[in-house]
Amino acid sequence: MFTDYNTLIFDLSQEGHTAYDLPSLEIEEYDLSADLDNHLVREEAANLPEVSELQLIRHYTALSSRTFGIETGPYPLGSCTMKYNPKVNEDIAAMPGFANVHPLQSVESKQGALQVMYEMQEALKEVTGFDAVTLQPKAGAHGELTAILAFKKYFQEKGELEERKYIFVPDSAHGTNPATAAVAGFDIVEFPSNEKGMMDVEAVEAAIEQYGPETVAGVMITNPSTAGVFETYAKDIVELIHDAGGLAYYDGANLNAIMGITSPGLMGFDAAHMNLHKTMTGPHGGGGPGSGPIGVNDKLAPYLPAPMIQKEGDSYSLYDPEKSIGRVSGYYGNFGVNLRAYAYVRAMGADGLRRVSEDAVLNANYLRAELKDKYDMAFPGYCMNDFTMTLSRQAKEDDVTAKDVGKRMLDYGVHAPTTYFPLHVDECLQWEPTETESKQDLDYIIEVMLNIAEEIETDPEMVRKAPHNAPVTRLDEVLASRKPVLTYDREAIEAQYEVFKETHADLFEQEDQQSPGSAKA
Amino acid sequence: MAEVFYTEDHEWISIDGDTVRVGITDYAQDQLGDIVYVELPDEDDEVEKGEEVGSVESVKSVSEIYAPVNGTVSAVNETIDDAPETANEDPEGEGWFYEVTVDGEVDTSNFMDKAAYDASIE
Amino acid sequence: MVQRRYLPNTEQDRKDMLESIGVNDIMELFETVPEDVRINEKMDLPDQLSEYELVKYFNELANKNTNSSQVPFFLGAGTYDHHIPNLVHHITSRQEFLTAYVPYQPEVSQGELQAMFEWQTMICELTGMEVTNSGMYDGFNAVAEAANLAKGSNKKGTKVLVSGAVHPQAIENLDTYGYTRDYEVEVIDTKADVTDLDDLKSKLDPKETVAVVVQYPNFFGSIEDIKAIADLVHETKAELIVSSNPLALGKLEAPGKLGADMVVGDVQPFGIPMSVGGPHAGYLAVKKSLTRKLPSRIIGHTYDSDGEEGFVMALSTREQHIRREKATSNYSSNQALFGLTSAITMSVLGKEGIQEVAQRNITNAHYLAKKVEEAGFELVNESPYFNEFSVKLNKDIAEVNSALLEKGYVGGYDASDAYGEENIYLLCATEKRTKEEMDEFVNALAEVAK
Repeated sequence: MFTDYNTLIFDLSQEGHTAYDLPSLEIEEYDLSADLDNHLVREEAANLPEVSELQLIRHYTALSSRTFGIETGPYPLGSCTMKYNPKVNEDIAAMPGFANVHPLQSVESKQGALQVMYEMQEALKEVTGFDAVTLQPKAGAHGELTAILAFKKYFQEKGELEERKYIFVPDSAHGTNPATAAVAGFDIVEFPSNEKGMMDVEAVEAAIEQYGPETVAGVMITNPSTAGVFETYAKDIVELIHDAGGLAYYDGANLNAIMGITSPGLMGFDAAHMNLHKTMTGPHGGGGPGSGPIGVNDKLAPYLPAPMIQKEGDSYSLYDPEKSIGRVSGYYGNFGVNLRAYAYVRAMGADGLRRVSEDAVLNANYLRAELKDKYDMAFPGYCMNDFTMTLSRQAKEDDVTAKDVGKRMLDYGVHAPTTYFPLHVDECLQWEPTETESKQDLDYIIEVMLNIAEEIETDPEMVRKAPHNAPVTRLDEVLASRKPVLTYDREAIEAQYEVFKETHADLFEQEDQQSPGSAKA
Repeated sequence: MAEVFYTEDHEWISIDGDTVRVGITDYAQDQLGDIVYVELPDEDDEVEKGEEVGSVESVKSVSEIYAPVNGTVSAVNETIDDAPETANEDPEGEGWFYEVTVDGEVDTSNFMDKAAYDASIE
Repeated sequence: MVQRRYLPNTEQDRKDMLESIGVNDIMELFETVPEDVRINEKMDLPDQLSEYELVKYFNELANKNTNSSQVPFFLGAGTYDHHIPNLVHHITSRQEFLTAYVPYQPEVSQGELQAMFEWQTMICELTGMEVTNSGMYDGFNAVAEAANLAKGSNKKGTKVLVSGAVHPQAIENLDTYGYTRDYEVEVIDTKADVTDLDDLKSKLDPKETVAVVVQYPNFFGSIEDIKAIADLVHETKAELIVSSNPLALGKLEAPGKLGADMVVGDVQPFGIPMSVGGPHAGYLAVKKSLTRKLPSRIIGHTYDSDGEEGFVMALSTREQHIRREKATSNYSSNQALFGLTSAITMSVLGKEGIQEVAQRNITNAHYLAKKVEEAGFELVNESPYFNEFSVKLNKDIAEVNSALLEKGYVGGYDASDAYGEENIYLLCATEKRTKEEMDEFVNALAEVAK
């Protein structure tokens, strides 16, 4: 019988199989259980799978074939900057002189690593227009938290923390912004965008007035915004916040649009995070690792997490900023991601990075221009590195949703854009083709979307049932949350199946007549 | 005979002596879609009118449950824990959420009757 | 000249695309960027390097670091020099795992989702807990997020107790996160090499303490009696958070079986390169009642519309993208690739292998300790230990390590501050260390540290 390597690895497991060996033992085995209280000796072995090397590789190869990556096809996931991840960066990160270096070995024995970090700090200062950079935060949201904690400490030092409790956030913000500010202990004031998708200066002014300038801790702004537009008045809003005595935070999710063109520093912000896994190609890894360094101006530099990297003469060392908020993660952040990102910066140079931003904006606008006759765009004017379309017309007229269109794209070998974000646009798809997509591939995406527009007219039911060519059809997300099965447990899986049967009675009536039991693999 | 009222937060309340039973309206469950989890207050929790005491979750959204009256939680519907879909199937019956014991008379002046509520969701 | 390897648009493409858009110059697309915030000069960055120059440059930098392929390492302290099975990077280099993002479209992300579901299962198996999410930034951050979780589910409490035998960086992370959620972090004294239970008892406040954090094996290598600690902690409503090296759990009883409410740690020992400290991956496993409070993504099993088994992100309403300012954590990106790396490595080891590797670590560390004692150094640990132990030196540790480096060794960690005594030297011997390496290292140590 053909072995199904997609099956859960625990079902492939057979006693006695292994993919591991050890050198032969040259010394006497030590019996720790003799030293330990009985209850601290493991009684029942952890049930890890037992598989031989080839079986194991076949399993993971089978899994990989059921996963869509950037090298599979276009991946225009808005806000995520799914650009090509250069192979050479992987080779650099795998060099033993980086991969096999311990974070706590002496400073003299890791000068090369410290030099990489120092040079990357310097490069990011230049790109963001800031005075100091820390590489410690491990993801964008982690960078946000680091910066907002620096805000908190700054106000504490000034004796204003009690009063300054509000962080202003536009309705277009990523969920991480309000979540971060709340985690850091601030209250959120959300203010609306206008019909152009831009923040409304007057709305901010009114909110400051309403809450009182003395209560303003700061503002968090994504620019270009999640609506895909450049916030022309960002600097004015930053000034309003500064006049109230608050601080301004720049969310760098869309930094890919502005490198070499403008910078958060120039726009007057006090702090910003960068998503190196997005803008600087560190691969996304199926959801991470990211890296979310933050840049700050002189006002906030003393509060950055410890340690920082400095250069004295020809040697590199660590130091703790004087009023540091402390550590936000282990060691020096995601060194391996920062290393890849630095290799990318060196491969591109200043002109290259500017060209990246130009082409990212060009590609998004090209796609937008070619699709706008058939699909409604959420906001007027040129877009930056991403743009948002709304399917609310199709949802109303044809009962086809943004989700349906995204699923149908999968059948054509194109990953769906981000669905249902930003939250203030109904039935939306947020697109970000990135600069590494060729015109040829953009033209293919356009062709696909024009086809789907026609399918919505001619065969909406087929679109509603998509995908048809993916490894699985639409998954029951309601079941997954109502009857959660979060670890391998055959009994729980069977019990979940019983519930599935109850809610999908039609499927089983039909199946019973044709081929009993075939509904389940 | 219990009296039933409705709130602006799309909750129904049924008042029977000093016991007030709370749930969400059929309109609310329809807006939420498939309910996957209901977080309820604990028995004996003291609740204050307007306080957030729990939440109703669908796959991609969360709505808060507010206490419509002051009092002490005297019962929670355990069926909801095992079968949150009950809140979709029978929101104003088997799918009730919790009961509160109140001190004295309930002020019903801010609540709507069925006709007023139906008109409000038109 | 602009580097174009990663940039497919030709000048002709650009011209054609601009024409389709209806503009003449690319800068017209940036018309909404006001003049006064524009960068008018070229950014001041180092010159662009060709691929050949790039590899050469980074090779030079890499060669300035002493690495564990060159010399034996006796340094652990939270990050370990284990053998990484060769097949691991071949699998993690597959672009489907390497380059995909969060599985927002589950129908084309089944492999990634299933791999993470398998990982969750392995973590629960090892820790003896019921539920885990799909990973944290690192083990130290996991300690801090676990404490935030405890605080989130007990809003009235104001204090988290942490054993002084927990990794100093974890305590520092905890301090920072305490600052976010406004709880006080108080350190429990140690008694020699383990947590002082009397001090724990005296500091436990039934009203104020929301969580107690201990490490198992602890920072000094010693194995804490989790059961005794759990019994004390559970006299109050506080949650017991146990930070655990997951490799040690191959031989040690699962913290979940000993009364832990949450188990956290770092899976770096399972196939993840030390890589100057990151990326590694943390885990956070909890008892069932805390499921809905977990941060970050959780993968769940389900069925598709044809009744085929499949996987999706489950219980998403916990997370920031839905709950926004009411979320318990702001987690978005995690360390999925390194969760996967460790899942592959745990599968390589299997049920028997993990015990054998854990045993070899025990055997080597105890051999090294015996040799070090024979050479006349005093062993600090009074309790049983796993693959690390501390000894007392009579010389400044930085100097000792510097001299050892000259002789071709990366020596141990200066644990003096953590232990509260001068010249406490934390040594580690993993399964990689040979008898010869250990014998010669002890000779060298005796030479430079006497």
